[in-house]
Amino acid sequence: MTATNLAGRLAAARAQGRLALLPYLMAGFPEPRGFDELLLRVARRADVIELGLPFSDPTADGPVIAAAARTALANGIDFAWVCALAKRTRAQHQASLVLMSYLNPLLAVGLERALRELAAAGFAGLIVPDVPLEEGAELRALADAHGLALVQLVTPLTPLARAREIAHASRGFLYAVTRAGITGARAEPLAIAAYLRALRELSPLPVCAGFGVREPAQVRALANQCDGVVVGSALIELLARGDDPTLLLESLYAATLAGATP
Amino acid sequence: MKPAPVPDVPLAGRYGRFGGRYVPEILIGALHALERALDEHLHTSAFQAELEAERKSWVGRPTPLTRAARLGERYGCELWLKREDLAHTGAHKINNALGQALLAKRMGKRRVIAETGAGQHGVATAAACARLGLACRVYMGAVDVERQALNVQRMQLFGAEVVPVHALDATLRAAIDEALRDWSGDPEGTYYLLGSVVGPHPYPALVRELQAVIGREARAQMLEAAGALPDAALACVGGGSNAIGLFAGFRDDAAVELLGVEAGGRGTEAGAHGATLSFGRPGVLHGAYSYLLQDERGQVHETHSISAGLDYPGVGPEHAYLKESGRARYIAASDDEALAALRECCALEGILPALESAHALAGARRHAAEHPGARVLVCCSGRGDKDLGILAAAGGAR
Repeated sequence: MTATNLAGRLAAARAQGRLALLPYLMAGFPEPRGFDELLLRVARRADVIELGLPFSDPTADGPVIAAAARTALANGIDFAWVCALAKRTRAQHQASLVLMSYLNPLLAVGLERALRELAAAGFAGLIVPDVPLEEGAELRALADAHGLALVQLVTPLTPLARAREIAHASRGFLYAVTRAGITGARAEPLAIAAYLRALRELSPLPVCAGFGVREPAQVRALANQCDGVVVGSALIELLARGDDPTLLLESLYAATLAGATP
Repeated sequence: MKPAPVPDVPLAGRYGRFGGRYVPEILIGALHALERALDEHLHTSAFQAELEAERKSWVGRPTPLTRAARLGERYGCELWLKREDLAHTGAHKINNALGQALLAKRMGKRRVIAETGAGQHGVATAAACARLGLACRVYMGAVDVERQALNVQRMQLFGAEVVPVHALDATLRAAIDEALRDWSGDPEGTYYLLGSVVGPHPYPALVRELQAVIGREARAQMLEAAGALPDAALACVGGGSNAIGLFAGFRDDAAVELLGVEAGGRGTEAGAHGATLSFGRPGVLHGAYSYLLQDERGQVHETHSISAGLDYPGVGPEHAYLKESGRARYIAASDDEALAALRECCALEGILPALESAHALAGARRHAAEHPGARVLVCCSGRGDKDLGILAAAGGAR
């Protein structure tokens, strides 16, 4: 899989007249055992799966994902485990895999080696939330060289001129944070419509909205505003309770179809 | 040792390969706004005049330089103490808190947040906010809330809300994690008053500039009182703000050896100390590329020090640069050495230093053993009243 493949997945969803669905899973959470099956179950309704590599100090994440990261670390999840997972499951699902990792665990592997191994394991791209545009030159060059999409984030506080630069540097899609704050807080879809529309006019890249999507009504409200929605904390909360994510994903998937026009 | 040139104003927030701005996009705007505010206010005569007046009449600067004759005799050196323990609220932290609170006010912020380890930065921030009429919330690890209860009480008296953080090892690092999360929720309305020379650019440069008053005063006072510069200048290093402040005054004096003393804790194994420059390797934590105590997978280690202010797995990026360039040297003093140094300083000088500062004294003792008769300047970064509970637990005040 490649960066082109990631954009292709999102374009295909759009061609079907629906929003792409991008569920977030913390690698090895709630447990390493059975995680392959969980990934495959989620992949049935996912266009892209964001797979979190746990970090000890996840300052961009709220309490739900931070707690999941602690559990995953305690379960011994590391970079090698995540690559092996991607490799052994890649032939069994159609979703594109994107790694979500803070910078330091990648630095510990070595950036060049980390990106080479991610590409070899079948990842389509990566998101590194603590590497903003200005610090990303080396990572971007390496990602491009290995055919990985380095997805960049914009927020409602990002000035438009800067958002344009970020969109230009981003690969695969543009990750639109839909409110100030950490992951897990609730979003107000109507208030962000104009923001998302403006982002779509910046570049031909698909725009996916993240941070705060929890229920079908929010997804329906995002129809025609963007190309995809990320579901993170809501899914992790459910997994933390030991619940099956199928119902939530089915209802969100149904909502991606409602009222969308190709 | 060959002194390397140290950039006065770091290029784009870099000290050699260290520093930078590794934060989520949501905080970039706030950091740009802070940078603009530094350009607009920090060097204006109006701001400097206000800062100077407050330093003099409210903080009590300049702080004295004290000749520690009896302790020096014990160590076998000519010992001088820069008395930041005599600054208002009892530590050098006030230099930074006051300067940044004045800046926050000029930026039109009404709400200030801060993290604190030993509580000294929290107390200084709470005091400055009370003085300037700013709302203040302080994040503090739950372990530190316990062991520095006196400082919690002082913060609350100054009107600050103290929020205990239970995550991770419930010390300074967890408090910074939580303050960053709070700031991410309202980056435009909230001012994050970071307490050390750590974090994303421009904090290391800003805090350094506000703490440089320590070294500036100390250099002039040494020349006046001792008639000469010291052979060595020592300070303790957690995040490293009092050390950067002291070193700033002597950086260009190639003959003055700069020595940072880290928390050696109770051993050299992971988790038993906070000696980042002695035992860590480069990585990214809390917005900067610097030395870091981490495992082989890039996960940050828990730390231990008897002094809450040094109990931190990171260190300011300028220290990483000073170490690699060879301009400064870093050693570690153990919990026991610090305790012994604290007791000795009390008994021979009638000065109760903070446990943090006692690490610098322990370093001076070791330096004097290697260089008998040397002229040694130590930054007594804070007073030790806050540590009486820990001293009692460690075997009584004797």
